[in-house]
Amino acid sequence: MAAVYARRRIRNIVAMAAAIVATVLGLAWLASILWTVLRGGIGALDLDLFTKMTPPPGSDGGLLNAIYGSFVMTGIATLVGTPVGVLAGTYLAEYGRTRRLAEVVRFVNDILLSAPSIIIGLFVYAVMVLPMKHFSGIAGAMALAIIVVPIVLRTTEDMLNLVPASLREAAAALGTPQWRVIVAISYRAALQGMVTGVMLAVARISGETAPLLFTALNNQFWSSDLNAPMANLPVVIFQFALSPYEDWQRLALGGALLITLVVLGLNIAARALANWGSSKK
Amino acid sequence: MNQAVTTPAPARAPSYMRIAARSDSAPADDAAVAPRAAPKVEIRDLRFYYKQFEALKGINLTLADKCVTAFIGPSGCGKSTLLRVINRIYELYPDQRASGEVLIDGRNVLAPGEDLNLLRARVGMVFQKPTPFPMSIYDNIAFGLRLYHDLPQSELDGRVEQALRRAALWDEVGGKLRQSGLSLSGGQQQRLCIARAIALEPEVLLLDEPASALDPISTARIEELIFALKSDYCIVIVTHNMQQAARTADYTAFMYLGDLVEFDTTSVIFTHPNKKQTEDYVTGRFG
Repeated sequence: MAAVYARRRIRNIVAMAAAIVATVLGLAWLASILWTVLRGGIGALDLDLFTKMTPPPGSDGGLLNAIYGSFVMTGIATLVGTPVGVLAGTYLAEYGRTRRLAEVVRFVNDILLSAPSIIIGLFVYAVMVLPMKHFSGIAGAMALAIIVVPIVLRTTEDMLNLVPASLREAAAALGTPQWRVIVAISYRAALQGMVTGVMLAVARISGETAPLLFTALNNQFWSSDLNAPMANLPVVIFQFALSPYEDWQRLALGGALLITLVVLGLNIAARALANWGSSKK
Repeated sequence: MNQAVTTPAPARAPSYMRIAARSDSAPADDAAVAPRAAPKVEIRDLRFYYKQFEALKGINLTLADKCVTAFIGPSGCGKSTLLRVINRIYELYPDQRASGEVLIDGRNVLAPGEDLNLLRARVGMVFQKPTPFPMSIYDNIAFGLRLYHDLPQSELDGRVEQALRRAALWDEVGGKLRQSGLSLSGGQQQRLCIARAIALEPEVLLLDEPASALDPISTARIEELIFALKSDYCIVIVTHNMQQAARTADYTAFMYLGDLVEFDTTSVIFTHPNKKQTEDYVTGRFG
């Protein structure tokens, strides 16, 4: 018996050691990325970054136009993508359930969720940029919106499915019409999870580069015209980081740090919101 | 064996004159157990299906107004299913269906044209597990009222208070109406759900094992509440607890495997039932 126990103990130690090594290995890369971005970007994170336009090589400048462009396109994409995702998720969870159409929608959504974002960029390039004959901020926002939809759809459906059937029954038993059950009961019970989903979607698109390369492209100057090419952080980072100019590289690292901090903040906020929701019950 | 119903019967009187499922071998003291109250709900040849499975096999039963009727029987006998037909809550699920008739005041509510929301406003229901909505205590009660009445704030306040008083909850929550309904204890939550149901002034109140998730003290409070409410409503209670049926109900229906085995006054069911199966169940020999 002692031999069996000793062998099991050794196996346990080996398995635990392997798990720890794997965890450290995974986290080390993350820490290394954060460290690189932080070390390189912290110097660029000054007032100029937020107040000046992207400069030509060799002169002073910041990222204001890119920050503004990213902000506007992310905002429009969220405003467009969220209602579509929420309504479609509501259909799947509250109306469709096991119907054939719901199965199809769910399957298509899973594909869209894992589609490479460059494909989405190319799609918008084909249906918007080519007919309009020029790159534009609105095309960039649409490409990002297409990325938002499947994320919001999935979290909405998942969160609504977590609402107990007994709650819906109780509301229906009072003579509540179905739309009212959904709006007043299901949404209310699932709200925190749904908001978390939207925040994660915003975090996801705020760093997307590929879909913007084909749609919004970039703009050296200040532009708030959605019908014209628009500056944005990811593409500026892409362009500046690959350039041979030191001051451009510095700005690229500053932008990278900015996006990292925003995404990190959104993720922490989303997690805090989810925890707050579950601890309240 | 038909006794005259003392209260004036609705237009289609003859169909109300019998209490269904009485065996023909009923004892001579039949007259003593006849319902004094008017019939409220009449169930005729009710069959119910979960997909292909027949869960109710032709139930005939009359529920008296201003009385408590208990459905008892072992798990899976169809007592909850029968309850869920009366307000058609089963229709939330596409693969459940019923055939036959459920007449409330003489009108078949299983008929295709019936407005389900109006029906459910008339037939209140309380579930096994307390189901407070994720909103304040006040809004839990006001929710149903706002659906069907356009009340000024002062009157809404009054109706909320009245419902909470009748559910014997006002003394405990009157000072914290803005708190979440989820913050109450299980027994309080269940009384909140009862208050929510009676706020709409339903005609029939369906209670699906309302006390089975509660401690004995909360259970006693719910039972007192049922006793107090029965002067106004036709109450139906599904219960696993035979003492509870004996304490609260005027009539008791014993069901087994989708059949109504015996229906009579509670005292007959528990003291000298006509069927061997009923006797075995109420004396604890099976189930």
